[in-house]
Amino acid sequence: MPYLEFEGQQYETDEDGYLVDWQSWKEGMAEVMAKEDGLTLTSEHWEIIRFLREYFMKFQIAPMIKILVKEIGKAMGPEKGNTKYLYELFPAGPAKQACRYAGLPKPTGCV
Amino acid sequence: MAVQKPEELSKVVYTFPSTPWMDTPVEIKKGIFCWGNKEKSLKAVGFPNPRQWSVTDEDWKLPDNWKEIFIEGLRERVDKYRSFRLFLDICVRCGACADKCHFYIGGGDPKNMPVLRAELLRSIYRKYCTTSGKIMGKVAGARELTTSVIKELWYYAYQCTECRRCSLFCPYGIDTAEITILIRELVNLLGLNIEWIAGPVANCWKTGNHMGLLPHTIIDIVSEFKEAIYQVTGLKVDLSYNRKGAEILFVHPSGEYFDPNGNVTFMGYMMLFHEIGLDVTLSTYSSEGGNFGFFTSNEMAKRLHSKIYAEAKRLKVKWILGGECGHMWRVWHQYHNTWFGPVDYLEEPVSPITGTKFENAKSNKIVHITEFTADLIRHGKLNLDPKRNDKYVVTFHDSCNTSRAMGLFEEPRYIIKNVCNNFYEMPPQTIRENTFCCGSGSGLNASENMELRLRGALPRGNAVRHVRDKFGVNTLANICQIDRATLQTLVDYWAKGVAVRGVHELVGNALVMKGEKERTTDLRGDPLPGKEGE
Repeated sequence: MPYLEFEGQQYETDEDGYLVDWQSWKEGMAEVMAKEDGLTLTSEHWEIIRFLREYFMKFQIAPMIKILVKEIGKAMGPEKGNTKYLYELFPAGPAKQACRYAGLPKPTGCV
Repeated sequence: MAVQKPEELSKVVYTFPSTPWMDTPVEIKKGIFCWGNKEKSLKAVGFPNPRQWSVTDEDWKLPDNWKEIFIEGLRERVDKYRSFRLFLDICVRCGACADKCHFYIGGGDPKNMPVLRAELLRSIYRKYCTTSGKIMGKVAGARELTTSVIKELWYYAYQCTECRRCSLFCPYGIDTAEITILIRELVNLLGLNIEWIAGPVANCWKTGNHMGLLPHTIIDIVSEFKEAIYQVTGLKVDLSYNRKGAEILFVHPSGEYFDPNGNVTFMGYMMLFHEIGLDVTLSTYSSEGGNFGFFTSNEMAKRLHSKIYAEAKRLKVKWILGGECGHMWRVWHQYHNTWFGPVDYLEEPVSPITGTKFENAKSNKIVHITEFTADLIRHGKLNLDPKRNDKYVVTFHDSCNTSRAMGLFEEPRYIIKNVCNNFYEMPPQTIRENTFCCGSGSGLNASENMELRLRGALPRGNAVRHVRDKFGVNTLANICQIDRATLQTLVDYWAKGVAVRGVHELVGNALVMKGEKERTTDLRGDPLPGKEGE
């Protein structure tokens, strides 16, 4: 069983490193995951991670990219409300990488 | 996952191993297989042997009596399905199917030759269900069932997209996809599936769609689409959900609520329905056109499928309209009547706009959106401006399920030719009933098996590259949500510079709507041809 080691405890993940239980997520985990990818999280990253968590709590799924882009544009200015900006922050893709940092499962189905 | 460059990956090695196939044990390779199912996904639908297991572990934690379960399951199905027994009995191993499979063409693994993939199970059938196999064993092509064989069956059943291109070339008409379907059903008896299928099945059972979208999530997403349509057209377009007494229930793949390409296809539907004033409703309960249960077992497919008709009955609609989904059509047209028989609580579909009676949908009362839209165009009911799609030089990818399985060849092409000015076909041996699979169908559209998907997409990618270079094609239109979600990655790899688009996105762009403002952008917000400076 794959897991994430965090503050002396083991948290179950799937094979791609996504946390199995989104409720067991702790902020520091995002830093650990980012470090493994060679990224340092800035306040811009956190803006997105927090939005993803809030959206998930309300809707039980990560937001589709259209909504994410729009909300980020609203919060951080229209020049940042685009896919390019999100990819600059999360090179492996906002849907995959940012969701993983936020402790959320990846969407499945015809996507 | 790091994947080789196209020029490397396309150097496919077709040599055979030095040992006979029965003596060549399965080697499970990363990049080819999908992660195994999670315990909770099997529990959600009451499937056998839910447990934590990993494909890479030696021990797959099968039930103690796994052999008995498998052989009994096989015998039961051989007795139940005459077609299955026939397909197992009559293959003469001529090999006509061997080089027709996209996975064999792009991968070179001999066990992906459809004849040999089926032989993996045939050898077990001979051993346990035929007298010659019981007595003569290997000489009669029979072999012992071992855990290694189980792993081999699982590995190759999830390297077949059930596209049926091989069947087209079989002189006996053996439907090799049916054999894959039943191998998957049999290994599922032991709790062996892949999570990319088991997860969506569990979601669909719990929430009504593969993605697990809840009713308020769907409504929130649709409000985004409304806003986007307003931006482009200046029109307020509405869409109703769960409305009793509507004439038509519209069912579409839930991936369209999430995938960026699917989003725009869905907006195309919304605009069309608004423009013609269709009395249509959608459902948050039956919110999935696709059916990943069909990639699991017949029983699971039936369980998920029945929700659509239960909802049609509850809402008292007259008939059902289906969106741009691939395997939805195979399930609806090739299985529905066998499972449930014709329904008596719906009416024979008639287009309320043109009066056309859809004779082909007499028994199961569902019409495909391309049949419906093509009929509208044919009767001159839509005002279309194809110039708006002039930046697109389009080719059409026939999805295996809508084309080879269903014969929907003309309708999508007719629509595209009416909404676009530039259309070119890929070579004839790669389209219509000869179409090459996207390489990610039947629930194999995960990311951990990317090498398999890229290899499987080589023939399709090759044909796309051909029309790109010859005619300047830059758009690959299709009518399947798995295609829309997966082909972009695959085309970026094999034929860079080509964009994947749903047919109703192109319709939405070309549709001149009553009362709309002068459009300056397409549905993606990109400038229309000639409006670049605005």
